[in-house]
Amino acid sequence: MTDAPLKTPEPTVDRVSEAKSSSQWRDVWKQFKRHKGAVMGGGFLAFITLFVLIGPYIWALEATKLDIRAKDMRPMYTVLWNGEAKVGWAHPLGTDQLGRDLLSQLIEGGRASMAVGWAAMILALFLGTTIGVLAGFFKRMDFWLMRFTDLVLSLPILPLLLVAVTLFRQPLRANFGPEMGMFILIVGVVGITSWMQTARIVRADVLALKEREFVLAARSIGTTPTKIITRHLIPNVMSPIMVSATLGLATAIITESALSFLGVGFPSDFPTWGKLLSDAVQRMEQFPERVLLPGLMISLTVLSVNYIGDGLRDALDPRIRGR
Amino acid sequence: MFSKIMTIGGALALSIGTAGFAERGADGHVSIIYWQAPSILNPYLSGGTKDVESSSLVIEPLGRYDQDGALVPFLAEEIPTVANGGVSEDLTSITWKLKSGLKWSDGTPVTSADVKFTAEYCMHPEGGCAQASFFEGVVSIEELDELTTKVTFNQPKPNPYGPFMGGQSPIIQAAQFADCLGAKAPECTGANFGPIGTGPFVVTDFRPNDVIQMKANEHYRDPAKPAFATLTFKGGGDATAAGRAVMETGEFDYAWNMQLAPDVLAKMAEGGKGKPIAAFGALVERLEMNLTNPSPDLPAETRSTRAEPHPFLSDVRVRRALSMAIDRDLLVEVGYGQAGRPTCNLVPAPKIYTSDNTGCLTQDIAGANALLDEAGWVDSDGDGVRDKDGVKMAILYQTSTNAVRQDFQALIKQWWSEIGVETELRNLDASVFFGGDPGSPDTFQKFYADVEMYANVFNGTDPQQYLAAYKCGSEPKPDSQWQGENINRFCDPEYDNLIEEYARTGDIEKRGELGRRMNDMLTKDSMTIVPLVDRGRVSAHSVTLGGVVLNTWDSELWNVADWHRIK
Amino acid sequence: MLTFTFRRLVLSIPTLLFISLAIFMLLQMAPGDPMAQVPLTVPPDVKQKMREALGLGQPVHVQYWKWLVQFFWIEPQVFIDWLTRESWTLGWLPDTSFAEGKLRVISWQTRGPVMSLVVQSLPQTFWVVGMSYVVGVLIALPVGIYSAYRHYSIFDQTGTFITMVGFSIPPFFTGPLLIVIFAVQLGWLPSTYNTVHQVVDWDSFVIQMKQMVLPVMVLALQTTAQISRYMRSAMLDNLKQDYVRTARAKGLRESVVVMVHVLRNSMIPVVTVIALGIPAIFGGAIITENVFKVNGLGYQLLIALFANDIPTVMTLTFIFAILIVLFNLIADVLYGVLDPRIRYD
Repeated sequence: MTDAPLKTPEPTVDRVSEAKSSSQWRDVWKQFKRHKGAVMGGGFLAFITLFVLIGPYIWALEATKLDIRAKDMRPMYTVLWNGEAKVGWAHPLGTDQLGRDLLSQLIEGGRASMAVGWAAMILALFLGTTIGVLAGFFKRMDFWLMRFTDLVLSLPILPLLLVAVTLFRQPLRANFGPEMGMFILIVGVVGITSWMQTARIVRADVLALKEREFVLAARSIGTTPTKIITRHLIPNVMSPIMVSATLGLATAIITESALSFLGVGFPSDFPTWGKLLSDAVQRMEQFPERVLLPGLMISLTVLSVNYIGDGLRDALDPRIRGR
Repeated sequence: MFSKIMTIGGALALSIGTAGFAERGADGHVSIIYWQAPSILNPYLSGGTKDVESSSLVIEPLGRYDQDGALVPFLAEEIPTVANGGVSEDLTSITWKLKSGLKWSDGTPVTSADVKFTAEYCMHPEGGCAQASFFEGVVSIEELDELTTKVTFNQPKPNPYGPFMGGQSPIIQAAQFADCLGAKAPECTGANFGPIGTGPFVVTDFRPNDVIQMKANEHYRDPAKPAFATLTFKGGGDATAAGRAVMETGEFDYAWNMQLAPDVLAKMAEGGKGKPIAAFGALVERLEMNLTNPSPDLPAETRSTRAEPHPFLSDVRVRRALSMAIDRDLLVEVGYGQAGRPTCNLVPAPKIYTSDNTGCLTQDIAGANALLDEAGWVDSDGDGVRDKDGVKMAILYQTSTNAVRQDFQALIKQWWSEIGVETELRNLDASVFFGGDPGSPDTFQKFYADVEMYANVFNGTDPQQYLAAYKCGSEPKPDSQWQGENINRFCDPEYDNLIEEYARTGDIEKRGELGRRMNDMLTKDSMTIVPLVDRGRVSAHSVTLGGVVLNTWDSELWNVADWHRIK
Repeated sequence: MLTFTFRRLVLSIPTLLFISLAIFMLLQMAPGDPMAQVPLTVPPDVKQKMREALGLGQPVHVQYWKWLVQFFWIEPQVFIDWLTRESWTLGWLPDTSFAEGKLRVISWQTRGPVMSLVVQSLPQTFWVVGMSYVVGVLIALPVGIYSAYRHYSIFDQTGTFITMVGFSIPPFFTGPLLIVIFAVQLGWLPSTYNTVHQVVDWDSFVIQMKQMVLPVMVLALQTTAQISRYMRSAMLDNLKQDYVRTARAKGLRESVVVMVHVLRNSMIPVVTVIALGIPAIFGGAIITENVFKVNGLGYQLLIALFANDIPTVMTLTFIFAILIVLFNLIADVLYGVLDPRIRYD
């Protein structure tokens, strides 16, 4: 294996001027723009974020409002093949079994799911990367951190959740209000129970990287461990972290719905994509849109994050950039 | 001529044969699915319905309740009553006589020694018997002869049909369980997993929490039954999956407890391979009002105890208004369909105990609003929520996790918002909510909420123990480790007098009258308990399975010996 | 490497003891009550008696000690007894009866030994969850490698789409969906897994395969998605490295370059993910097992959790912990094999 010491440009970055580095970021952006998937993914993510943020102002129907007379309505497009379907412009995507508007539920649910998904994923990534890098880089911490990881991996999730609820629900509610308190609890619970895989992967990569020539070179010229980690190690473990991020986002959105089933999550009338999906599974033959629409939202969000991740990796890689 | 008679006789025999009464095991195999898998086949060690009902295929009581709640003899010759001399005039003893010639599935005779042993097994102080309440008040069990057993109680028992009656209290074989008394009960894995019984089937293979395989009992008392030679009892999945397996794919013949929304059930029935059946018992889905203050600001010693009355639910007008706002017909339509009836009664059956209380059945939002205005609760700050003296009418409404219950919560929240009451919903995992862990804030006994919803019922056909729960002092409180059955913390000396009188009364008419009075005191008079739906039980069976009679008073599988294949 | 492995094995013992204590304390703290599933018609005083009969009244340290003794001392004796009595390898030894009359780890639900529950559920778990893992890995590796090699080809784009959509759709949806399609509409496959089915001949083998198809498909989709993503990204990182160019310049065959040099360097994250996944086979697949009524270890754990059956939960999670510690150790050893520069001493 012939790894040239100059394989990454980072050692030179230390000495380059401000102007050079700003043009580097311009290059990154240029490369990113050329990645079709990434641009589409970014566009869709921006759209869906706007959709859930300003959606409630455009489509002002309350998501939790019941209208039992208008229950079980179908989306407008069903008219295309079934002229007798119960449809109406008042509910363009139809309603559920209690007459709640599906469109406003998707908007409202998207807010919760996106917020929980991103926050929990970032928390898990942060924990996983920190623990992984520390364990991989500092031999003395490796044993303890990895045994701690083993411990968290072996703890049964359900009792852990119930303990967390018993201990923290009341104080969090008192300090942050019912909804924000619940949000913190859910993000905390999902984040704290899903960082282990990232940590193990990052550690394994760091173990290999730190013996490579470019790290040895950096060390030999007296670079501090902090600088080695931030400039040499983390950029080189970005791609598995990106994969963990996309997978983690999907997991967090789904896990949230499982939590509310256990009574740990948001109140039962608070819609989230995961919950809309799981509630509708029973009736998927009669009302396929109720599973497909939230399922599509989750999948498309995850897909677009995945493409952005692909684009970013290409853009950040100096060997591809500029070709 | 002679040969002609023979032919007719043969034809007759044949026609009987095709009707399915010919001989034991003629109809081959039958399969049952319960979406909760049985863990043990000894109902004395587990109170779970799945365990009681699966074991009822194998072991039987002296008598059962039929689909109308009437008593029918099973192992007993007849049901003892005062009229036939089986129950003593002073109601302190009951004498059961076994049918003669009964045999256990190992071929040994069933005797009164087995009956006596069963009582000893459950009454052992260290056994932790789940059905001990059936044996409450039993002083002695005597074997009068091979077949006769006399049970004596410590006081007159107007309802002496506790021991040995119904699926929860079957007779077990003394020889098999002799070494399993008391603390040794859990060590008898073999006996607990494969009890020797008198029922139509015998266990051939038991896999706890998974599947049971059975075959017809050679020594069953009716030589023509059961019609099936083998039986599979599968557990696991959920109600939807079980319904599908019977009604849509036809993989199973019988599925238990289809707790599904009516439209989902109707869609499954379109599959045409099976059909849902419903029957009503006394199970009532209700709202329980907390008469005490559950505020988290109170110290743990007084929170949700009688020391702190509720800021607004202690006012009967508020409770009544909350009940008036509810449209029970719609709840039934959304949640239960044919398997539910709107009710205002805590005791909706048997008939003798049913009060003619129907006042709550029509929704009256305007009336509820007027009642709250009259009680002084008005929206003084214009935020849409009524308040008085700085207290907002904000309700925390909790229940266990269950799709139908969450729909109910959403609907009721909507109606309450129409009368200016703010509601926060909370759903909890059933294993915490119905557990009694004093350390958890989320148990239904602790009631750290304003309103909670669940369903409850009583054993057999007599509601004495059920109604006695609402005595003063039996409420959960810190001193009692939050154990107790008076969930609402209801307390009325008049009610206590009635329940004492009820326990002394033997005359059934008089008992009915007292029962109705107490039911009314808890429901329409005080609105402490707000009944919503009288919930029936729904099960599903294959269109080719005959003889199924759904029974809510006893094990659903009570008449499995009569099941047969329709050809 | 040998000393490292040995040292880590020795250190695993205190680690596992600590983990068992942590799990035990967690279960003690968790709210919940084994009486939660007993109907409300059973009065509170009877429930209290039942709790006492389960040994719940005892002090916490006594309960923990009892479990330790039962798990580490009595269960191995039961195993030795079984070995000398019934197994075909050691059955010729004189029968032993070390465990006779001793109290094993007893489940609160079944009142039977937890270990026999494990032994009973293992076959279906291995058949379904284990098989799905093997299938998943076997599909994921080539898909990941080829996607990276033909970066942004149609194959790569389709693969990305299917795996990401597959991963973001949860098994509680895909399971019933497959049942509706293949069991209800088409009627090709059963919706229920028959755990007592015995494979004796070709026909029964076909039946076994048929009943495995749906759950294996649901589970393999998740495994494939995850592992192929990590495989692809690691391959992409390595394909651009200078050593690849050097190897090609040396005139090595393309297959050797990709399948030997690049693959070996890309395996580290994949080995990590696979090693984390193997203990999960034992943990079972809770949702999928429940949907198809496989009733393997995942289902046993699930209902033990809901029933607050502490001895069962404790034993199952602890066996799971042993496997986690073991497979993470194996992964650590494999890193050294894949990249000899990695040293632990």
